[in-house]
Amino acid sequence: MKYTFIMRRLLSVVPVLLIITFATFFLMQLLPGGPLAAYENNPEISQKDIERLRHEMGLDRPIHVQYWAWLKNFAQGDWGYSFTTKRPVLAEIWDRLPNTLYLTGLSLIVALIIAIPAGIISATRQYSLFDHITTTLAYIGRSMPVFYSGLLLIIVFSIWLRWLPSGGMQTLGKEFSLIDSVRHLFLPVLSLSTLIAAKYVRFLRTSMLEVIHLDYIRTAAAKGLNERVIIYKHAFRNAAIPLVTVVAIDLPVLFAGALFTETIYSWPGMGRLFVDAATRFDYSVVMGIVAAIAFLVVVSNLLADVVYAILDPRITYS
Amino acid sequence: MARGAFHEKHKNQLWYLTLRQFLRHKMAVFGMILIAVIVFSVVFVDRVSPYDPETPDLSNMLSPPSLAHPLGTDELGRDMLTRTLYGGRVSLIVGVFAMLVAVTIGTLVGAVAGYFGGAVDNLLMRFTDFALAFPRIFVLILFAIVFMRPPFSDNPLIVLVFDSLYRMPVARVVFVIGILGWMDVARLVRGSFLEIKNLEYVESARVLGAGTPRIMIRHILPNALGPIIVAASLGVADAIISESGLSFLGLGIQPPTATWGNMLKNALDQIFAAPWTAIVPGFMIFLTVLSINYIGDGLRDAFDPRKIQ
Repeated sequence: MKYTFIMRRLLSVVPVLLIITFATFFLMQLLPGGPLAAYENNPEISQKDIERLRHEMGLDRPIHVQYWAWLKNFAQGDWGYSFTTKRPVLAEIWDRLPNTLYLTGLSLIVALIIAIPAGIISATRQYSLFDHITTTLAYIGRSMPVFYSGLLLIIVFSIWLRWLPSGGMQTLGKEFSLIDSVRHLFLPVLSLSTLIAAKYVRFLRTSMLEVIHLDYIRTAAAKGLNERVIIYKHAFRNAAIPLVTVVAIDLPVLFAGALFTETIYSWPGMGRLFVDAATRFDYSVVMGIVAAIAFLVVVSNLLADVVYAILDPRITYS
Repeated sequence: MARGAFHEKHKNQLWYLTLRQFLRHKMAVFGMILIAVIVFSVVFVDRVSPYDPETPDLSNMLSPPSLAHPLGTDELGRDMLTRTLYGGRVSLIVGVFAMLVAVTIGTLVGAVAGYFGGAVDNLLMRFTDFALAFPRIFVLILFAIVFMRPPFSDNPLIVLVFDSLYRMPVARVVFVIGILGWMDVARLVRGSFLEIKNLEYVESARVLGAGTPRIMIRHILPNALGPIIVAASLGVADAIISESGLSFLGLGIQPPTATWGNMLKNALDQIFAAPWTAIVPGFMIFLTVLSINYIGDGLRDAFDPRKIQ
């Protein structure tokens, strides 16, 4: 039964991926330039040659035909070539994707490490000093754009204190060392993780507050169970289930945050690749990144559903 | 006391109860005051500041804060305080108008989906879900770039749309942010319409012969307004962040026109030479968004019927 549920969800994802890639494909057609733009101002190449090339490359065919051709190639792993670097799109993305996943994954873990204890303590000691400080900080985090907090961290830690490097993944011209990478990771991960940690804390606090007023918690307390056991074993387990969904729903925030973080800290990830490709009208790269991200988002949402269903036995697969 | 008479006269009216509930929310009132101060200084900056926001003063480049320039000057010698306040005009205008576009589209989509249900609902909501799941910033960037170009098509309609958006950067950014920001509102409005359309008073309006548009606009919409207003207030904050984000990437409103976002971009480019140029424009974004978020929370409490006493 589980498998049919997962299969059905997987199949329902296909139209979404088709729509999103077609919409992007259509949008890219509205842009000037394209693969032949470089020839248009070249006096040695006549208008007739351009027309001929256009025909040979299939650029004069109707859009759905072109899209179908793109899709067929895409499914076979041929994602086209970047107009600017002349390298295969798949290789371009493959160079950058790990860096982005590294940054976002680490930030997600750090955010959860900050948010889970903070949310639990905040809820169990509601209206205490700790709770007030935590909720205020979460509010500040929610209103702080990541491109501002990123700049502030650079100003404080790289310019005033001179403790940490302001950008890149490692010091150029130096041999790889773990300490050096960690130093470069510190600020980007800090700004990205505080962005999402603020949301998780708020959510977990509310969710915990709901749970600890339920009957079964009172029963556990009446039984004389240790408060720690009640909070961490009985209450947190149930309060954390919806957090899985929140993490999945907030993935767009994480990716958007990563795009800005990569821009600020010169982090060679997909976000920066996307901005660069889009401003240069590098169609195939843009298409590839959109498809890759749509795929990542859809798959992680699906994963969250499955995890949710496993964690919460009340959910039925229907 | 004056409050007494006013209170006696209006104490049972819904808007009065809502207002009273809102004023109880201390942080919301604090946010209101902050926003009032920001709007006031942004509106009257041209009366107070002796400087022009766009004219360079090459004898005063990148000077740190001083008495003449309380926040220092930028790389062209322009007064940072003046530019920040002028930038606020653009950012606030974009925030408000983009929200209006988003709320209008969202209300329309949500109302139609919720009222008619069935296949229409299914189609619209599937689309909304999927638009929500995709990281909006990527689409925002694509749209911003597509409309940043002069028109190149032969179709007169496309030329008209592209050309006007190309010529008017503020309208372009409003348009791009607005048409990508309606999904949350659509969901909310759909939920309210689904709930309200089956209530008895709607039934009786229909029996009395009210047409569908009249029922939707006169009978259902007013009762769905609370969540829309809350979402609208938070939408302004969202739009301000989107605008500054786009401008920060160099894809929003272009210099010399100042916005908080493009001032931050400028600051990033010269972060080692003049770090102070980053602090204030970013702080203004933060302060505005914080105030609006507090106001939004206050409105949410105020429109919550369970909380009105």
